[in-house]
Amino acid sequence: MALNAKTLPNEELFYGHKACGGCGGALAIRLALKVLGKRSIAVIPPNCMSTVAFIYPHMPLFVNGIIPPFAATAAVMSGVLAGARALGEEDFHVVGFAGDGGTSDIGLQSLSGSIDRNDKQIFLCYDNEAYMNTGIQKSGLTPYGTKTTNSPAGKNIHGSTSPKKRIFEIVAAHGIPYAATANVGYPEDFLMKLEKAKNCDGPSFIHVMAPCPTGWQTPSDSLIDIGKEAVDCGLWYLAEYENGEFKLNKNPKEFTPLKDYIRKQGRFSHLDDDDLKHIEEERDATWARIRRDWVK
Amino acid sequence: MEKLFVSGDEAVALAVRQAKPHVIAAYPITPQTIVVERLADYVEDGSLNSEYLYVESEHSAMSAVIGSAAMGARSFTATSSQGLLYMVEGLHYASGSRFPIVMMNANRSLAAPWNIYGDQRDSLSQLESGWIQLYVENVQEAFDTTIQAYKIAENADVMLPVMVNLDGFVLTHTYEPLIMTDQETVDKYIPFARYSNAMNLDDPVNTCITAGPTYNTEFRWQQQLATLKAAEVVDSADKEFGELFGRSYGGMVEAYRCDDAEVILVTIGSVTGTARVVCDAYRAAGKKVGLLKLRCARPFPTEKIAAIVKNAKAVGVLERDISFGFEGAVFSDLNSALKQQNVNVPTYNYVGGLGGRSISKENIAEIFDALLSGKAEKPLEFINLRRDINYGA
Repeated sequence: MALNAKTLPNEELFYGHKACGGCGGALAIRLALKVLGKRSIAVIPPNCMSTVAFIYPHMPLFVNGIIPPFAATAAVMSGVLAGARALGEEDFHVVGFAGDGGTSDIGLQSLSGSIDRNDKQIFLCYDNEAYMNTGIQKSGLTPYGTKTTNSPAGKNIHGSTSPKKRIFEIVAAHGIPYAATANVGYPEDFLMKLEKAKNCDGPSFIHVMAPCPTGWQTPSDSLIDIGKEAVDCGLWYLAEYENGEFKLNKNPKEFTPLKDYIRKQGRFSHLDDDDLKHIEEERDATWARIRRDWVK
Repeated sequence: MEKLFVSGDEAVALAVRQAKPHVIAAYPITPQTIVVERLADYVEDGSLNSEYLYVESEHSAMSAVIGSAAMGARSFTATSSQGLLYMVEGLHYASGSRFPIVMMNANRSLAAPWNIYGDQRDSLSQLESGWIQLYVENVQEAFDTTIQAYKIAENADVMLPVMVNLDGFVLTHTYEPLIMTDQETVDKYIPFARYSNAMNLDDPVNTCITAGPTYNTEFRWQQQLATLKAAEVVDSADKEFGELFGRSYGGMVEAYRCDDAEVILVTIGSVTGTARVVCDAYRAAGKKVGLLKLRCARPFPTEKIAAIVKNAKAVGVLERDISFGFEGAVFSDLNSALKQQNVNVPTYNYVGGLGGRSISKENIAEIFDALLSGKAEKPLEFINLRRDINYGA
């Protein structure tokens, strides 16, 4: 039975926390734990989610949880897994909830190591495209043109000007059994991928876009719409890597106007038409490449 | 009783095999490497049934054993020098969350200048990390202390990580006879029970949590109490070990020929062996010298040291580290301890053995002579310093 709003368990395992209204990260974790269940061990490095989940004695996480060193989400997951296995535990899931920086920057070494070890663990990168917990600074997954607090938009600096690291492909290049991209704006696709990761007999990785109204300067009730729009305008793709093959889950014939997506967000307010053109060219180049390589 | 001829590293690996950790995660670094190689051999030949994790760095090695200990599993890692420094962040996670991890550290110098040989600047720079720090003199003590480390770490009133320090090369790579303990008695000495603060799949636990200003001080106070408690447990674990196996080391400190000693030299680690020989020679010549071997640098044996040295005329501290711009870390601690205990004995600091330079019997004799003659003046002296290339002085 496919997981959807009707079949998803009612039990909440992450609630009563202090995340901002309309937080994509909190939604991603809430949905993931509904799929993975109560016998989960969540490893959440210092980020917004651990900040709102673990402030003693206010404990809104209803599964086992641990804050690992920032750089070592996946290594702590490996240790938890090895410990549980050695003690004879069965029927449990080790899951990491790291942000974009905790995955693609400081957490990359240990993520790579854990895939190399073939540890059966689920690494979920919730990508809100900047270091939000410390006050919106640029990460390796911050897209071109984003204004952040350490990549300001002014005369000399034009926001963050490097492209997003291709973290999904970097992970896939390890030959990981299962990797996927997802978006909280497409929850059924996300749930399906969580289910696959749960049943994967080895390491799995899900890179889920998790919009951040606070950091993106968007209304807090826009979370789902803006996530969905990122996919529809082609700035985010839904894909899987399984059995050594890439697959596009959604290959739109036409994209919605990129300008509509960009102009809704305060973080892009400084971008001019040339920037939009550049972003569009980059988007088209990405799609030309992945359609060529990933669509049979 | 089985008698072997092994190196310090091999002795540690043999002891770990008898302690049967559930999880081993370690990253190779000279001169620790043989420990992880032997443990891999034991896992391979089936004589050790541990999960052996190949990690990509020392930071991940420490993080992995934090994860396994958080799950309630007995865990082991080993490192040295730069590797220990790369773990530093995790050291505080482990002690602050009260994970009783045992780690072997091969004492080695720190870059720069690069150097793979022994001194104790690596571990002594981590006195504030919340780990119990033990130092050993020889191969047998390395073996015995590694087993004792689990007894101390997993004590219900302690629940703290323990670092067992062996001098790089001088001890890690030196072969000496080793009397093995029998497995059955070791099992009795350190029976395993899943840690009470562990995560639990049937009744979820959150660990390594955040504690803000309202609670943080109380967490730290508890940590301080547990670390102070560990002082008693280091002693009792050694005593119980002695009753079972016929060998013990004095617990926190060993006082060697100190009873009527006019001067006492404090030593840490393998140099104690050299100092013993000199001490015996001086005693044979009627000179009243003694040795105080510091086995445990954290918790610090304040009362014990004060009681041992209180009637001496002079105390020297010989250590293989320096806190630049001040003095050796152990010397500072000793002075503070004596002040706290109202013991007023002149103290002198001898820094030597840096980057693997040997400390000879002659070097130690010179220290004893200076202390005995009352001519020791400088509060701190670099011993065995090559004046011919010392451009700064």
